[in-house]
Amino acid sequence: MFSGFDVFRVGISFVIMCIFYMPTVNSLPELSPQKYFSTLQPGKASLAYFCQADSPRTSVFLEELNEAVRPLQDYGISVAKVNCVKEEISRYCGKEKDLMKAYLFKGNILLREFPTDTLFDVNAIVAHVLFALLFNEVKYITNLEDLQNIENALKGKANIIFSYVRAIGIPEHRAVMEAAFVYGTTYQFVLTTEIALLESIGQQATYEADRRTAEWVAWRLLGKAGVLLLLRDSLEVNIPQDANVVFKRAEKGVPVEFLVLHDVDLIISHVENNMHIEEIQEDEDNDMEGPDIDVQDDEVAETVFRDRKRKLPLELTVELTEETFNATVMASDSIVLFYAGWQAVSMAFLQSYIDVAVKLKGTSAMLLTRINCADWSDVCTKQNVTEFPIVKMYKKGENPVSYAGMLGTEDLLKFIQLNRISYPVNITSIQEAEEYLSGELYKDLISYSSVSVLGLFSPTMKTAKEDFSEAGNYLKGYVITGIYSEEDVLLLSTKYVASLPALLLARHTEGKIESVPLASTHAQDIVQIITDALLEMFPEITVENLPSYFRLQKPLLILFSDGSVNPQYKKAILTLVKQKYLDSFTPCWLNLKNTPVGRGILRAYFDPLPPLPLLVLVNLHSGGQVFAFPSDQAIIEENLVLWLKKLEAGLENHITILPAQEWKPPLPAYDFLSMIDAATSQHGTRKVPKCMKETDVQENDKEQHEDRLAVRKEPIETLRIKHWNRSNWFKEAEKSFRHDKEL
Amino acid sequence: MGLSAAAPLWGPPGLLLAIALHPALSVPPRRDYCVLGAGPAGLQMAYFLQRAGRDYAVFERAPRPGSFFTRYPRHRKLISINKRYTGKANAEFNLRHDWNSLLSHDPRLLFRHYSRAYFPDARDMVRYLGDFADTLGLRVQYNTTIAHVTLDKDRQAWNGHYFILTDQKGQVHQCSVLLVATGLSVPNQVDFPGSEYAEGYESVSVNPEDFIGQNVLILGRGNSAFETAENILGVTNFIHMLSRSRVRLSWATHYVGDLRAINNGLLDTYQLKSLDGLLESDLTDLAILKDSKGKFHVTLKFFLEEASTNQSADSITLPQDDNDNFAMRVPYDRVIRCLGWNFDFSIFNKSLRLNSGNAFGKKYPLIRASYESKGSRGLFILGTASHSVDYRKSAGGFIHGFRYTVRAVHRLLEHRHHSITWPATKLPITQLTSSIVRRVNEASGLYQMFGVLADVILLKENSTAFEYLEEFPIQMLAQLETLTGRKAKHGLFVINMEYGRNFSGPDKDVFFDDRSVGHTEDAWQSNFLHPVIYYYRHLPTEQEVRFRPAHWPLPRPTAIHHIVEDFLTDWTAPIGHILPLRRFLENCLDTDLRSFYAESCFLFALTRQKLPPFCQQGYLRMQGLVSTESLRQHRVESRLLRDYALTGRRLEDSSQQPGDQEPLGSPLVPGPLAQSLDSNKEEL
Repeated sequence: MFSGFDVFRVGISFVIMCIFYMPTVNSLPELSPQKYFSTLQPGKASLAYFCQADSPRTSVFLEELNEAVRPLQDYGISVAKVNCVKEEISRYCGKEKDLMKAYLFKGNILLREFPTDTLFDVNAIVAHVLFALLFNEVKYITNLEDLQNIENALKGKANIIFSYVRAIGIPEHRAVMEAAFVYGTTYQFVLTTEIALLESIGQQATYEADRRTAEWVAWRLLGKAGVLLLLRDSLEVNIPQDANVVFKRAEKGVPVEFLVLHDVDLIISHVENNMHIEEIQEDEDNDMEGPDIDVQDDEVAETVFRDRKRKLPLELTVELTEETFNATVMASDSIVLFYAGWQAVSMAFLQSYIDVAVKLKGTSAMLLTRINCADWSDVCTKQNVTEFPIVKMYKKGENPVSYAGMLGTEDLLKFIQLNRISYPVNITSIQEAEEYLSGELYKDLISYSSVSVLGLFSPTMKTAKEDFSEAGNYLKGYVITGIYSEEDVLLLSTKYVASLPALLLARHTEGKIESVPLASTHAQDIVQIITDALLEMFPEITVENLPSYFRLQKPLLILFSDGSVNPQYKKAILTLVKQKYLDSFTPCWLNLKNTPVGRGILRAYFDPLPPLPLLVLVNLHSGGQVFAFPSDQAIIEENLVLWLKKLEAGLENHITILPAQEWKPPLPAYDFLSMIDAATSQHGTRKVPKCMKETDVQENDKEQHEDRLAVRKEPIETLRIKHWNRSNWFKEAEKSFRHDKEL
Repeated sequence: MGLSAAAPLWGPPGLLLAIALHPALSVPPRRDYCVLGAGPAGLQMAYFLQRAGRDYAVFERAPRPGSFFTRYPRHRKLISINKRYTGKANAEFNLRHDWNSLLSHDPRLLFRHYSRAYFPDARDMVRYLGDFADTLGLRVQYNTTIAHVTLDKDRQAWNGHYFILTDQKGQVHQCSVLLVATGLSVPNQVDFPGSEYAEGYESVSVNPEDFIGQNVLILGRGNSAFETAENILGVTNFIHMLSRSRVRLSWATHYVGDLRAINNGLLDTYQLKSLDGLLESDLTDLAILKDSKGKFHVTLKFFLEEASTNQSADSITLPQDDNDNFAMRVPYDRVIRCLGWNFDFSIFNKSLRLNSGNAFGKKYPLIRASYESKGSRGLFILGTASHSVDYRKSAGGFIHGFRYTVRAVHRLLEHRHHSITWPATKLPITQLTSSIVRRVNEASGLYQMFGVLADVILLKENSTAFEYLEEFPIQMLAQLETLTGRKAKHGLFVINMEYGRNFSGPDKDVFFDDRSVGHTEDAWQSNFLHPVIYYYRHLPTEQEVRFRPAHWPLPRPTAIHHIVEDFLTDWTAPIGHILPLRRFLENCLDTDLRSFYAESCFLFALTRQKLPPFCQQGYLRMQGLVSTESLRQHRVESRLLRDYALTGRRLEDSSQQPGDQEPLGSPLVPGPLAQSLDSNKEEL
């Protein structure tokens, strides 16, 4: 079957080639040397490829040459293939097949000869030919001196167009040459492939003068503004063409101003005029450099705070109180969210919880409820809830179950949906078992649990069944489990080649059913077997599932893909998995479209970022080295194996090492102890005499308060770690609020 | 039972002997716990003992609980507030403003169900205490007056001795632990010549009719003195109030035992020169003379001593004879003594060594900060009589204070005699900030017993988890390990509530201009009651606790944090309260306690070798916090998250903008920016 297919494919490609090469014969004239030379016209350029008559009719070069016929004709350059026949010996006909070359003639004068490998494609052909013809119009230079010579020669006469290309013969080079063909008489073209030359050229000419100007400006603005000399060309920011000064005020959020100021005095006056507003605030914001410890740096707290005014459809969930709690959870199957209204994590999760309620609206028998433990502290304590947020499920006749999954809409929804059935499901007939395994039985649930587990036991295996039931119960809400232990269980065990007791794992996405013998029947072991079975061989890694693979403690082999993974790569890696090459790794792939944060990961690994896809080995658990599969190699088995072998042998260099930094406090705290110390040491010097007359008391009272104020002021100025950063109006407002206390 | 089991070992002679001895010895009934007094403190202890299933008995002289309240306060108005509305549902929080209820699991036994009055009637308290004892089925032996308490040394006893209690019928009770909750029941008498002319608060008429047109001198300046004055203020000619020290207003001293505003009508009429007045003098220097008309004159003891014994009262020198503008030169119709109460030491044998002998020791028995007698192990003083621990500081002498100290004593006993460690909640370190925020916002015990009971957080190794202990008597901090059975090897936090150090006092102006502190950086100068968190790297020693700096409730800590006082006592503001607290905790523990969304944890997991605790304890255990779309938007706007959904090209651009901080680069990642408080302290 397979060989037949191969033959068929060859047949197809042959036909395609035929169609493809038909015009070749027509457009690229094939001439004998004599004939060719007779066609040459004075002043006309012509490119000829001399080849042995017995050489193959086709080659890559000829394909490209054929492509180049039309563009070169546009520039009046003819192209021909010259067949060297034995009768007509030409000096252009090489001795050996391999040494055939292309020649460029102008009239019958030879301009250049090209080894065919320099003319590697149509772009290279066009570029090289034009480059040879426009020898004067396009000067090729390699150093600054050449450039200066050209500049000196042309000063006051003509404008220069300077161009840089990475290499001769590439599409950019062709583009430059085509432009030069048209504008070569108007402008002098200068071409270089030297990056260093490019880098120095932009500012080099004016750098000295600019630096002097900047220094002068800096002296005049000393203490008022910092001056920076920016190399325009090194920035990838869009700076308006005409702007020569950029002005940025110290305050946050003030946009950058782009200015055109041709005079130093104009710069100075502009800065000074705009300083005015600033100076008033300067005292306040004097020490505002660096991150402020009063600024929120907890993303959950900050986002919840920013979102505080949005109204959530809270009415979709039932709010419980001390009075209603017991009655509610007894009356119906309920999910209870225990949260604290002041806790950011709770409030962030409450949003997901409400989303679940929105999705389940009117469809679920499960009552979604919530209780604010900031109000009903005792209820929460009685339910053994001491941290927040916690989700518990209360079902009639069962002990409450704490939800242990991700605090997000999807996973909680899955938990609720999967809890519609009991665990494990008791399967009572072979037919039902088959429906269960095929996913028919719980059609609407298998989207939440890609694997269904069926425990097979003979009716007498009491403890094994109990253990399995315990495991099933433990996994309820996370994976569908069922149990079959009828008399005819052997029918199933024979069919799926499983010796009892056994587990059948039905993978619905792949339509596969595996059997796993249950050697040990401890509930914990069964849980472990099932959890392991949920892991895929080459999973798409996501924010949600990384932890399950992370705990395997193996280096991750991640294929970063912009979109779905290429099936060929997947095949290659799965082959390696089967061949046990990847046993010590966790191979996976990451879809940047589903997991955009993957870009952040790539940025941490690569600089600059090579094109995707990228295959990376991350040694997360020991050392943190990151190795990249060479991006110029195809992701095929052989290359991968070779790379892995080199890795193993320590022949590969890591591209980066993940920082092993500990998570330290992001910012310092107020050091109240030192403030207290400073205040007490100041206070100590001014002791109030103990005995005093009645009149003194009042005065002294006053003095004490003044004293207190003085103490308040001085240490704050010196000890203050950071000023209160809220805007000033807040301070003023606060002062006026303060009087309220006297009401 | 014990005898019969042991019998075979002893053999027949022993058995005979035992049987013979038994009636002769008349072994008294033995209890593990004996509680003296069925007042609020006694009932409160009975409640905890009952809940714990302990062997206990309460002995009460009267036929019903709370006999003190059947007569006192004389004018029947309790000055402990019965605040029935706070606008909050949190029962624990509401206890902060319910000064009359005892602690129980039964919400029906809250005082607000017994009285609508903000300052309730004492009869309601009697009714309440009766219900409390009955509803909970507390084992109280009424009509049992313990007349004598002594010690019986016994090596087998828990404390090396039994307490032998003898009641009025001669019945003897043997107790392993004695819990004395008899309150202060003896009126304080100051001995000076003529003191016999003074009527006592305990017996003076409460009918204003009896005081019409009289000149009244009241001795004492406490709430009972003012309460008495308040009752007759409108019918007397004037009231003069005499005491040794100046008046102490509870709103200035922040001590509920000082003069409450509800009783201070006399201050008003004094300052407005409406004939009433306050005077200061040491009573022991004075003498009261009764003249022939039955009026009372104030003179100096000195004059009395000078005079010969036979001199008639009328001829004894009065101060106004020399000093004719002497303030108390008018004769008084009545002298009323309102000098407070003392503990009744009379029933306790000397061997118990309850009495200290000094002046203060006349009022209160001598106890430790654990409420255990200094003289005899196993004897604890509960309730009002235990107020020596926090006299003029906190609320330990009042129901709303001692209901918590009683609980603390019970917890100590549970550990000491039943090996039940002090209850604690073990939580992961990610819950540290939240657990503190929760307690400082609702805990009533901390709030009432500020400076006395404090929460203690014991850190586990590597600070990945902690144990939270509530309401430990902080003066016993050094003995925490032996008293609680918990280990404090890896550092601890103490959460205490405090008023500003210089704020309270009888002579302080508590209304001065800048009294309220609003800025987080000034939190240490907060004046009103606010949470203060102490961090110790090691459990302080007894020496350190004893010789702590003056005016400090605790020894000098490694670091200290004040949560800025709050007008609403609501310490949940994200920036004003929680953020500075988190920074403090982070710097003490030298870690990052921020919370992160799963997406951030994912990024960290793949780009760093270490994860912050929140990701380790949540995300990696498959319990990460997934952000909703709306929160995600806020995250991008707040620049705490780079928007990876944008194209890669744009990302590269923005990262190279000069002066533009890379959002992820700075705020989220750990940095060496912060020098932890912990490391700072190494140099001290």
